[in-house]
Amino acid sequence: MAQDMMVRVPIAEQEPAVRAKNFEEVCLGYTEEEAILEANRCLNCKNPRCVAGCPVSINIPAFIQEIKAGDAAAAYRTISLSSALPAVCGRVCPQETQCEGVCVRGIKGQPVAIGKLERYAADTAAARGIMPENHSKPNGHKVAVIGAGPAGLTCAGDLAKMGYDVTIFEALHRAGGVLVYGIPEFRLPKDKVVRHEVENVKALGVKIEENVVIGRSVTIDELMEEEGFEAIFIGSGAGLPRFMGIPGEQANGVFSANEFLTRNNLMKAYDDDYDTPISRGKKVVVVGGGNVAMDAARTALRLGAEVHVVYRRSEEELPARAEEVHHAKEEGIIFDLLQNPTEILVDEKGWVKGCRIIKMELGEPDESGRRRPVEIPGSEYEISCDTVIMSLGTSPNPLISHTTKGLETNRRGCIVTEGEFGATTKEAVYAGGDAVTGAATVILAMGAGKEAAKGIDQYFKNK
Amino acid sequence: MYQILSKAKLADKIFEMVVRAPRVAHKCLPGQFIIAKIDETGERIPLTICDYDREEGTITIVFQTVGASTERMSFLEAGEAFEDFIGPLGRPSVLCLEENLDKTREKKIVFICGGVGTAPIYPQVKWLKEHGIPATVIMGSRNKDLLFYVDNMKEVAEHLYVCTDDGSYGFHGMGTNQLQALWDQGDRFDHCVAIGPMIMMKFVCKLTAELGIHTEVSMNPIMVDGTGMCGACRILVGDEVKFACVDGPEFDGHKVDWDAAMVRQQQYKTAEGRAMLALKEGKTHHGGCGNCGGDR
Ligand SMILES: Cc1cc2nc3c(=O)[nH]c(=O)nc-3n(C[C@H](O)[C@H](O)[C@H](O)COP(=O)(O)OP(=O)(O)OC[C@H]3O[C@@H](n4cnc5c(N)ncnc54)[C@H](O)[C@@H]3O)c2cc1C
Ligand SMILES: Cc1cc2nc3c(=O)[nH]c(=O)nc-3n(C[C@H](O)[C@H](O)[C@H](O)COP(=O)(O)OP(=O)(O)OC[C@H]3O[C@@H](n4cnc5c(N)ncnc54)[C@H](O)[C@@H]3O)c2cc1C
Ligand code: SF4
Ligand code: SF4
Ligand code: FES
Repeated sequence: MAQDMMVRVPIAEQEPAVRAKNFEEVCLGYTEEEAILEANRCLNCKNPRCVAGCPVSINIPAFIQEIKAGDAAAAYRTISLSSALPAVCGRVCPQETQCEGVCVRGIKGQPVAIGKLERYAADTAAARGIMPENHSKPNGHKVAVIGAGPAGLTCAGDLAKMGYDVTIFEALHRAGGVLVYGIPEFRLPKDKVVRHEVENVKALGVKIEENVVIGRSVTIDELMEEEGFEAIFIGSGAGLPRFMGIPGEQANGVFSANEFLTRNNLMKAYDDDYDTPISRGKKVVVVGGGNVAMDAARTALRLGAEVHVVYRRSEEELPARAEEVHHAKEEGIIFDLLQNPTEILVDEKGWVKGCRIIKMELGEPDESGRRRPVEIPGSEYEISCDTVIMSLGTSPNPLISHTTKGLETNRRGCIVTEGEFGATTKEAVYAGGDAVTGAATVILAMGAGKEAAKGIDQYFKNK
Repeated sequence: MYQILSKAKLADKIFEMVVRAPRVAHKCLPGQFIIAKIDETGERIPLTICDYDREEGTITIVFQTVGASTERMSFLEAGEAFEDFIGPLGRPSVLCLEENLDKTREKKIVFICGGVGTAPIYPQVKWLKEHGIPATVIMGSRNKDLLFYVDNMKEVAEHLYVCTDDGSYGFHGMGTNQLQALWDQGDRFDHCVAIGPMIMMKFVCKLTAELGIHTEVSMNPIMVDGTGMCGACRILVGDEVKFACVDGPEFDGHKVDWDAAMVRQQQYKTAEGRAMLALKEGKTHHGGCGNCGGDR
């Protein structure tokens, strides 16, 4: 049968009913044959719109042609010129609003599955033991990178490739940032994918020192004055959780999504071999509608709960990736849209017993351009539950800005930078990723890390 | 890896370890804590820094076995190592900061320690002594056999009062009784630091509020990361939500919402753990720590 060029080659996934009970990866990836078939659909455009849609401008048509020719290793090398974490981005980028959102194939049919092909190339290279190489000569300059998330790893990798002596300082006991503590195993396998990508960065000569909390274990000024680092990149993310400030939020059974996900992902609470406990709720309310909310909801579901996602706007405004919402629905997550909790109900022993929720309708657009949700008077109702997970977004942790002289932050606690290369208000200190923008995406954080590496290189050249 | 250089059993269920952690030892101050993780499958366990040696690059921790993780930690021997040892975390004690020295010199300071809380009090008193500031220490325990660090404390405290519930050593009574007795005989204090079980700190605060002594307590809520990322450690202080790991662990004890804090600490107790705790707290209510007066 001839291939229908308008539709994507379907990709294997675990059955919803099966995967709702395990933490294995949902999407199983393309086989070589499937990848080549899908690569066939790319028109190899002269003015590829997809490349403009990718924040790090991967040469998409080039790597797809290489896959089509059966050379996944070459495809991986092409991608590696622009991205340090292809196996991650192929899995978690919001492709529908980036590369795939503008693909010409998408005008009449389905866009080319760029993310899935990127993942295929990276996974195949990993399986064949292909690592990135570093041929640069050491230039003797020491640079410190703070935080081993996507921004920090990318900046460190790029600097190492230019010959710098780079050390990453990471507060947690494992490198990866949100990739290890936030995004769950079923979306992004920790050993197979994240650890492997971190090893690739180390293979470039980057040193990673875990368990060092900058601002506590050592300050930025001390790194520069006492440890001989001549420039610094701050990629410390936006890890500070927000709460709603409604009654009952202190009750037992109310968690930030960060706590819930960290226990489960970083500390592997779902695995009985690990010591860290997690609350396995029977009925869980997740407040919020972003990727974080979807991850918390699907994690709670896998731990055995009935899960309601309570979101104050409508389906159209859900900020989560389309694929995650789709998967969550398939797995049986219940969406209570246009609703917002006003109080958490607490039993006499201090544990959550329910939520009071008010219904909303969409009013005039607000400054974000989205229609503002307004409460419908008298529409409050109560729902019983034993766990509430607050997933309302995060902001940058003030630990670093409070302990660094001359580092300015804005009203939202984000580090202020000037120009495209991430220069901060402090000499020789650069920053990028969520620490600068507030919670955003993996690929934007990587892009910022890349630009800052160029900025730091310029700084040394001009010195 | 962070090697354990020595290990000692100080009293029933209470262990001391000296661990090599140069970065922590280089920077830490009394009042701060670390997080230790035994191995790949271990939990992140918060423990207060009880002493440090900047030259040797070592940290001393003292812990009591209360559940699975501290029990597992007690099986580690000298020569073995922690896979992870993170710190120093939290803010130093307000008393032990160079920039506050002038203010601290003017204070009349009393420390009240209960049970395992004795250990984290020690470095604070030692720091003050090194800076020429005298402090009174009241140390409480259920009985003589559970006492530890008496000699250490004698060396650094201006006045040391040891009390036991059963009168088997020192003053017969609890730390709060001892403080009241000192007050009644005319001793005056205007700054108190209390460290021990929550219930004990709560009762110390009740008394010091009556006596008008400003009181700092070291809160030990459940923690995960210890860097301000998860919110597990949130407590209510004067109606404000604070993260103990970054805003604390020491807070104005007269502003802490004790009841809320105690409820939150129960969260991860298994049915078995809760039973054990009820048992223990039951004892605490009968002066287990020697200080709280919880049975009154
Ligand atoms: C649950 C969840 C799901 C998400 N899903 C997606 C998705 O599907 N797609 C997508 O594109 N984006 C997603 N995101 C967003 C994305 O993960 C982030 O935008 C991205 O990780 C930001 O990268 P970063 O390097 O700036 O920071 P982070 O990944 O946050 O890394 C920062 C690192 O710095 C460390 N650090 C912080 N402070 C210090 C300090 N004082 N000293 C030393 N180290 C420090 C932290 O421990 C951390 O390891 C998700 C986020 C979350 C939380
Ligand atoms: C800042 C700080 C300093 C501390 N200093 C000391 C010290 O110097 N000496 C000492 O003996 N103990 C100290 N503790 C308490 C110690 O961390 C707990 O006793 C220990 O975590 C209990 O673990 P467990 O698994 O053995 O106990 P379990 O009772 O089995 O604990 C079950 C679960 O509850 C959590 N948990 C229970 N109680 C606590 C608690 N108080 N703090 C954090 N998590 C808890 C643990 O995460 C664990 O998963 C401190 C706690 C904090 C927060
Ligand atoms: S990095 Fe992200 S946006 Fe760029 S091509 Fe890959 S999936 Fe698309
Ligand atoms: S826009 Fe679509 S079809 Fe064109 S090169 Fe990019 S992926 Fe291929
Ligand atoms: S322990 Fe996670 S925020 Fe304090």
